Amino acid sequence: MQPLKPVSPGARLVLGTGFFGVFIAFWGLMTWSGLVPPLFLASPSKTLLAGWSLLTEYGFAGDIAVTVWRVFGGFAIAAALGVPLGLMMGAFKGVEAFFEPFISFARYLPASAFIPLLILWAGVGEAQKLAVIFIGSFFQVVIMVALVAGATRPDLVEAAYTLGSRSTGILRRVIIPAAAPQIAETLRLVLGWAWTYVIVAELIGASSGIGHMIMDSQRLLDTGQMIFGIVVIGLIGLATDVLFKALNRWLFPWAAL
Amino acid sequence: MSERELRIEGVTRTFPGQGRAAPTLALQPTSLSVAPGEFVAILGPSGCGKSTLLRIVAGLDRPSGGSVTLGGLPVTGPGPDRGMVFQSYTLFPWLTVEQNIRYGLRERGLPEAQQRGIAARFIARTGLRGFENHWPRQLSGGMQQRCALARALANDPEILLLDEPFGALDHQTRELMQELLLEIWDDPEAAGGRKTVLFVTHDIDEAVFLASRVLVMSARPGRIKAEVPVPLPYPRDWTVKTTPEFGALKARLMADIREEVRRAADAGA
Ligand SMILES: Nc1ncnc2c1ncn2[C@@H]1O[C@H](COP(=O)(O)OP(=O)(O)OP(=O)(O)O)[C@@H](O)[C@H]1O
Ligand SMILES: [Mg+2]
Repeated sequence: MQPLKPVSPGARLVLGTGFFGVFIAFWGLMTWSGLVPPLFLASPSKTLLAGWSLLTEYGFAGDIAVTVWRVFGGFAIAAALGVPLGLMMGAFKGVEAFFEPFISFARYLPASAFIPLLILWAGVGEAQKLAVIFIGSFFQVVIMVALVAGATRPDLVEAAYTLGSRSTGILRRVIIPAAAPQIAETLRLVLGWAWTYVIVAELIGASSGIGHMIMDSQRLLDTGQMIFGIVVIGLIGLATDVLFKALNRWLFPWAAL
Repeated sequence: MSERELRIEGVTRTFPGQGRAAPTLALQPTSLSVAPGEFVAILGPSGCGKSTLLRIVAGLDRPSGGSVTLGGLPVTGPGPDRGMVFQSYTLFPWLTVEQNIRYGLRERGLPEAQQRGIAARFIARTGLRGFENHWPRQLSGGMQQRCALARALANDPEILLLDEPFGALDHQTRELMQELLLEIWDDPEAAGGRKTVLFVTHDIDEAVFLASRVLVMSARPGRIKAEVPVPLPYPRDWTVKTTPEFGALKARLMADIREEVRRAADAGA
């Protein structure tokens, strides 16, 4: 092995799936051998069976769909408002001076702490779920996009000026395209965090969703169902991540991400 | 092409010090006028304020004192009438070679067909045919600077400001680029005739080979220390470098510049 030397795509796939194998083998060893009693941790096979019955008997697919829609809905609103504001802040220092202190304060407010308040304001419906994700994502998006846009190479901006660009041209044809790949990376990261907020929102005052199912299973002490729910979240997260990465590579071939 | 004279009058630049550090005087009062169509080389040791002077003419930096006027009108900011090729690589990485060259034309709102026609001409002129759809990161340093030159020229500026555009290139590539630049500048078919060029360099050969007039700058704080006309006739090709006239000019400039480099080294030590 040499430092920083890339490995072939084939080796990457083998190594990447290999650790999943190691992980599941260790989990199986702990449970099938009886080292950890089923009350605390279901075995891999029990988990799969529990998942099967969840999907076929309890309509778990519906819960998954509800959760996915909440994550993407809240995230889409946060991105649609946060990216433009972040760009304006990054490009125009006056706008940044106005918003930055408040947003730096707001981004440390834990989204989950707002749940009781949001239930008071918006009830336990979809609006409250979306609001939790929005609060958790919006300020992060704004701050990170502002940082990326503000870090646009000044020599590129100067080159554009000598070619006749004015303020709007600089913003639209230099700052935005220069920042776009990193903005997309930012959104990928924040989408990952949105998943943690949605589950917290569903643990309290929800009647559907993956988080709600996990809560229900706890009452029945069904560790298989709980673990299956958690694994599903991980798998959806992995799938969106891979898709997002592929999309970024396709959208920004010049950046060679 | 308009016939406007560039006048730099008593331009100085002082950079404020960071924290408690003393301010840096980068440029002592500098005056200079450049006639339309002239090719002026500014020669000086590293750190003498060459880039600073060029950036002030471009309107990217403001002088601390003095004024820059173009045809009697004060320069207050950057504009497409003064094209620039920078010391560092500044192609837009998200645009292809062809799109980079079209950038200024698009900003001006030219119809796309016309943009493509002009770009194609400069792609051919700078030997970038076959690379139109490459990203900048796929080009060598020499090709990137050729593309930057094409991008500046396609915009048809009145004045071309070149800040050590070939500084990062190897010797052979550099000589080829110098010939290419002279060819384009001296092109008898170019609409509007020769452009006014301000060319910054610290390479004596390069200055003498290209320019009709060489200005030698002193070590920091910079000022124009000597002015040497280069009476070699255009068109010039590489063989001019072997003539005794070339050698004599070079010897004269070398004496001037060596003194400044030594002074710069002493001051920096
Ligand atoms: N933005 C800045 N802030 C502070 N000092 C600066 C700034 N830009 C330039 N200087 C100082 O001004 C002096 C002249 O810099 P300049 O870049 O014009 O030199 P140069 O002649 O172009 O050198 P080189 O040949 O190395 O490019 C240097 O001492 C530099 O430290
Ligand atoms: Mg310089």
